[in-house]
Amino acid sequence: MKQFLGFFRKELIHIIRDVRSLLILLLIPFLMMLIFGYAINMDLKNAGIAVMDLSGDDMTHEITDKLLSSGYFELQDVITDPGRAEELFKAGKVKEILVFEQDFARKFHSEGIAKVQILTDASDPNNANMLVNYTNGIIANYLLQQQVSQFLPLQVQSSFRYNENLESVYMFVPGLIALLVMLISTMMTSISITREKESGTMEAILVSPLKPWQIVLGKVAPYAFIALSNLAVILLMGTFVFGVPYRGSIALLLGLCVLFILMALSLGILISTISSNQLMAMMISMVGLLLPTILLSGYIFPIDNMPVWLQTISSAFPARYFITALKAVMLKGLRFMYIWKEILVIFGMMMFFLIVSIKKFKIRLD
Amino acid sequence: MFAVEAHNLVKRYKSVQALNSLNFTIDKGEMYGFIGPDGAGKTSLFRILTSLLIPDEGSATVLGYDVVKDYREIRKISGYMPGRFSLYPDLSVEENLQFFASVFKTSIEENYHMVKDIYSHIEPFKKRRAGKLSGGMKQKLALSCALIHKPEILFLDEPTTGVDPVSRQEFWEMLARLKKEGLSIVVSTPYMDEASLCARIAMMYKGDILAEDSPEAIQQMISGKLWSVSGARTYDILRYLRTFNTCFNIYPFGQNVHFQVSGDAEAVFQQIKNEFQNIQIVEIQASVEDVFLHLSARTEEEKEVLNG
Repeated sequence: MKQFLGFFRKELIHIIRDVRSLLILLLIPFLMMLIFGYAINMDLKNAGIAVMDLSGDDMTHEITDKLLSSGYFELQDVITDPGRAEELFKAGKVKEILVFEQDFARKFHSEGIAKVQILTDASDPNNANMLVNYTNGIIANYLLQQQVSQFLPLQVQSSFRYNENLESVYMFVPGLIALLVMLISTMMTSISITREKESGTMEAILVSPLKPWQIVLGKVAPYAFIALSNLAVILLMGTFVFGVPYRGSIALLLGLCVLFILMALSLGILISTISSNQLMAMMISMVGLLLPTILLSGYIFPIDNMPVWLQTISSAFPARYFITALKAVMLKGLRFMYIWKEILVIFGMMMFFLIVSIKKFKIRLD
Repeated sequence: MFAVEAHNLVKRYKSVQALNSLNFTIDKGEMYGFIGPDGAGKTSLFRILTSLLIPDEGSATVLGYDVVKDYREIRKISGYMPGRFSLYPDLSVEENLQFFASVFKTSIEENYHMVKDIYSHIEPFKKRRAGKLSGGMKQKLALSCALIHKPEILFLDEPTTGVDPVSRQEFWEMLARLKKEGLSIVVSTPYMDEASLCARIAMMYKGDILAEDSPEAIQQMISGKLWSVSGARTYDILRYLRTFNTCFNIYPFGQNVHFQVSGDAEAVFQQIKNEFQNIQIVEIQASVEDVFLHLSARTEEEKEVLNG
């Protein structure tokens, strides 16, 4: 125990003395939360639109007012010449143009069919898609209010459960936890162990009676604390600054996060046993883990939309299971019995990494 | 029981044979030196003896413990100072020592008497980061760290490389005092002049031990008289000497040229003096380095003969 404490103390000193790295590690969650929460906002707000109203009756005016009062759209221009549409899109001020056909209200009441055209700037496809959906939704809503249901054989009523306002910060919090835990636990531990190999101090440690588990545990424990503190920052900022709800049991939520941290630490140890220097450890952690965690975990791109071979690859990355389970607990308030499969997979991966690293940990030099 | 006993130790790396079937024994309480240039295999040998490497063939014991099987025991009783600077530069002098004490389950206070002689030199700087120490002070700290757990045997791999001459001198005096306390000390060095400070030395060259004996006995290994020419133009003298059939073992030695003569030496000297002005020729006592140069040159010649 005394040996272990001595080792742990040394690791703490390493981390504390390297003030710059420590500050970065502690500030990263704040910055990431602020960036993801405010700057990278995928929610629609005040998108510029133009209206080409060839009818100019009460009905088209009402629809236009409804759109503009929703808060999602902002009227930039009113046009009469179809040729202007191209100009406006090219100038970039307008993302969507709404075209009402002539005699809109009259056709609607007499023929039961009136046409409205939505033109969007699809150079940003996601955005264009959202604009169209929002516009459709608002128009459909308007029709419902007109009490004209006899004209509509089918009514679609949509409701976004668990995230009524489609806030993207709900999505970022689980993703950010996965990303930062991987960054700190996996990358930092693997670098810190390989650093001793590179500087030759590993030689001095190995000739001591320290056992492998003492070396490894002493190395990972400080980073586990940093990861936990980052977790706390993200969760607290999530709820107090961005109003993310934690609907499930907090104990289950924390337990899941701790399990994921342990898994990431074991992975870091494994990387350090197979890499001979810091650069190699960093490359494996960055390219081999961080990038796939961002791209393949369902954090940014939905897994269901991926081709099957990519889905297969993505199932090898632990973050995928973690994010699924975390969202289930956080947003849906699900209990353990609904996420035991994900927990089992993460636990299995952790055990696998641990066993392989203990087997591979070299008690000698070569 | 010997402090160290090695039988046919062989260590190979991919393309090089680092150790070529070494056999030697080191007595308890002895100061034993492995002398040889870089690439002689000294570090590989030390790593095997400290259980950090496994020999490809042969066996070795340290104080009766097998270096492969009983590595745990060996790690408890031996102190090792690796060739590379292996302290933590971001930890202070005191923290480094404390760390090494704690991983050996002891404390600075408990074993202070072991390191007092050495540590007292650097204790005034104990709050300073190890990375900011001078070469000589780093080396003293590394030795303190290797001693703090009261080892029975000390392995020092090139402890004086990169250290100034005054600190080197001091360092060897410290080792002599440690030896008096009964510690077995195994040390390696590329500096031939340090050989005389060991009770016995083994001269290593390309994985072989060329000779093993006390420094005095080793100096006697050259038969016949050894001459030294001093004066300007070492290279010209060297080339000129090589034209004589009667001269052999000719090699540059610092500013001088050392050589041996078979037959009438005086006649040769006269010719040299005629050829070059202002030179002196004196008979000298062979040093350890002379013997090393002789033996390594002979090994090279033998290899050439073997390879045709």
